[in-house]
Amino acid sequence: MGKNDLIGGSLWDHYSNKVADRMNNPRNLGEISEEDAKAIGARLIVADWGAESCGDAVRLYWAVDEKTEKIVKGSFKSFGCGTAIASSDMMVELCLGKTVEEAMKITNLDVEKALRDNPDEPAVPPQKMHCSVMAYDVIKQAVAIYKGTDKEALDNQEMVCECAQVTLSTIKEVIRINNLKTVEEITEYTKAGAFCKSCIKPGGHEEKKYYLVDILKETRAEMELEREKEEAEKFENKSFFQKSKMIQAFFDAEIRPMLQSDGGDIDIVDIIDKGDTLELQVRYQGACHGCASSTAGTLYFIEGKVHEALSDKIDVAIV
Amino acid sequence: MNKIYLDNNATTQVDQRVMDKMAPFFVEKYGNPNSLHGFGTETHPAMAEALNSLYAGINASDDSDILVTSCGTESNNTVLKGIFIDYILKGEKKHLITSQIEHPAIRNTCEFLESLGAEVTYLPVNDEGIVTAEILKEHLRRGETALVSIMWANNETGLINPVKELALAAHEYGALFHTDAVQALGKIKVDVQDTDVDFLTFSGHKFHGPKGVGGLYIKEGLKLTPFFHGGEQMGKKRAGTVNVPLMVGMGYALDLAVKALDYENKEIRRLRDKLEDAIMSIDDTIVIGKRELRTPNTILASFKGIEGEAFLWDLNWNGIAASTGSACSSEDLEADATFQAMHVDADLSHTGVRFSLSRFTTEEEIDRAIEIIRKTVERLRSISSTYR
Repeated sequence: MGKNDLIGGSLWDHYSNKVADRMNNPRNLGEISEEDAKAIGARLIVADWGAESCGDAVRLYWAVDEKTEKIVKGSFKSFGCGTAIASSDMMVELCLGKTVEEAMKITNLDVEKALRDNPDEPAVPPQKMHCSVMAYDVIKQAVAIYKGTDKEALDNQEMVCECAQVTLSTIKEVIRINNLKTVEEITEYTKAGAFCKSCIKPGGHEEKKYYLVDILKETRAEMELEREKEEAEKFENKSFFQKSKMIQAFFDAEIRPMLQSDGGDIDIVDIIDKGDTLELQVRYQGACHGCASSTAGTLYFIEGKVHEALSDKIDVAIV
Repeated sequence: MNKIYLDNNATTQVDQRVMDKMAPFFVEKYGNPNSLHGFGTETHPAMAEALNSLYAGINASDDSDILVTSCGTESNNTVLKGIFIDYILKGEKKHLITSQIEHPAIRNTCEFLESLGAEVTYLPVNDEGIVTAEILKEHLRRGETALVSIMWANNETGLINPVKELALAAHEYGALFHTDAVQALGKIKVDVQDTDVDFLTFSGHKFHGPKGVGGLYIKEGLKLTPFFHGGEQMGKKRAGTVNVPLMVGMGYALDLAVKALDYENKEIRRLRDKLEDAIMSIDDTIVIGKRELRTPNTILASFKGIEGEAFLWDLNWNGIAASTGSACSSEDLEADATFQAMHVDADLSHTGVRFSLSRFTTEEEIDRAIEIIRKTVERLRSISSTYR
C-alpha cells in the first residue's frame, strides 16, 4: 500500500504491449475442422473450458499427428476480456510443435511469462492472472480428450469452485507454484471464490466439501512439512554419527564396487570432525595399493563423487 | 481522431460557463467566508446565489438545509452513519433498509454498519428493475426501521425508482427516507417537496459541475448528528472551511442543468434512442429496462457472446469511452450486481456495456459511435467461442 495504490483504475496500464497486441491481432484465432485435420493426416481435438456465466470461456483446437503425438496445428476461440484472449493466443503458440505430453506441462506461468515485454515485469495485473490459469486448464482438457479419459482423472481431483470451474488440484498446484499465502491471492490467480463466494469459507449460501481457507492451510502445512523434511534430509543437518553412516553407505554402494572391478578396494579408516569440514581418512587395498593414479586421478575422482553426492565440505585423505 | 465520451454517468465535462463563474474565487476573491474582513464577506453574495440555485434546483423550502459537502459519498455517509448514531446506537431502533442495486457509497457503508450491529435489509428489484413500494412494505418494521435509503435513478441502467411512493411507504411505518439522487439531478426533474423525501444526496460533477463537491438536503425540522466535527461552518452542521469556488460552481452548474432539462428530455433522449435503436438492430442484443422507465441519457446494453471488458477495450482503441457498470467497480471481477438483481440470464452477466450521453454529446458522435459499435460486435463475435 501507499503512493502507488492511491490512484486506482489503471488496470489496462498494467498490461504488457504483447498482451495489447495479441488482443488486437490474435495470431492463432480460428477454428480447425475435421476436414482440415484430415487433410494433414492429423486427429482433431476440440476442448472447451470455462463458461460465459463466469466471464471467461475458451475453446482450443488441436490437430495432432498420432504417429509422433505432436501438435501440428492449433487455434482458439474465446469469450473473455483482453487478457483472456491474449493468454489463449499465446497458449496455442506454446503448444505448437510440442507433443501432447510436453504440452501438458505448460503452466499458467509459462503463458504469462511468454506475454511479458520485460522478464521482470508481469504481463498482467494480479486480478487478471486467472485468464492464464484458464489457458492452462483447457490444455489439460484437450489432453484428456486425446487420451480418451476425463480431465478429473488427469487432475485426479475434485471441483472446489463450481462457478469458476476450479478443481482442488488446480488450487493446490497454483498455491505451490506461485507460493500463495492468502485466499485473496487464490481468487486472483484462479477466480475460485470470486463469484458466489461459497467455497471461500464455511457459512456461505452453499455447503461445500472443500473450502479455500482449509485448502490453503493444509497446502501451506504440507509445503512447510516438505521443506522441513528436505532440510532434515540435507547432509549438513545430520549428526556426526548419521554423517559417518551415510559416508560408509555411499562408499559401499558407489565407490568400492568400481575399484573392486579393477581388482582393488578402499577402506574408511576414520572420519575426523574438523569443525567446518570433515576429514575422511581412507586406505587403498589390493591392486589400488601403490597404483600410480591412486594418489592423483582416482583420489580426485572419489572426492568429486563424495562432494556431489553428500557435501563439498568433506576432504578425502590417504593414510 | 476525436475521442467520443459516452461515460457521462461516471463523470461529466465541466461546462465552460461554470469554469468562468468559479475562476474569480481562486485567485481574486479567495477569502475565507467566515472571516470578518472584506476578503471574507465579498464571497457571500456568490455563495448566496449558489444556495439559491441549489434550493431552487431541487425545490427545497427555505427552512430546510442543503449542506455543501465534498462529494456524494460524503453525503451518503453523513446520512447513514448519522442515523446509525442517532437511532441505532442509542437503542431506539435497529433496522435499515436499502436495495441490492445501490452504488457502493451506500452498499459498502451499510455493510460496515452491519458489522457495527445494525440490521440491514437489501431489497430486490421487480422484474422491470425497479424497487417498488410493495417490495418495500414487505420489509418495513414499525418501531424498528430507522431509515430507508433507495437511489432515485440507477447509475448503471438509468432506471428510475418511484421515490414519492417509497417515501410515503417509509413514513407510514415511521421510518425516515433518504435517496441517493446523484444520477437523477440534471437528467430528470427532482422535487424534494413533492416527493416528501427526508434526505437527498447529489454530486456536482454528474451535472457538468466540478468534482470534489456534493450536496445533502435535510428536510426542515430533522436533526442529524454531523459527520464532520470542527468549526461552525454550514450552520454547525458540516464543519470544514467552505470550498467557495466549488460551491459557486456546483450552484451555477445545477442552475444550467435545470434550465437544460427540457433539452435533456427531448434532444438527448432523441440521440439516446437513436443509439439504442441502432444497438437493438444488431442480432442477439438486449438493453436492460424499459426506455420510458429510464433517465433519458443511459443505455445498459448486452451483446451476446462478447465479454464487457473486451468490448470496452475495442471501443477505447477506437476512441470511444464507455463503461461496464459503475466505474468504481471496474476492477471488480464479479458479475454485475444489477444484472444479478434483475435476474438477467447468467450467460449475459458479464456482457454489460453502459453508454451514457450528456448535453455535449453530438449527433455526429452518435453516428460515429454506431458505426464503431457495429464493427466491434463483428470483430469480437468472430473471436467468441460462445457465440453461435
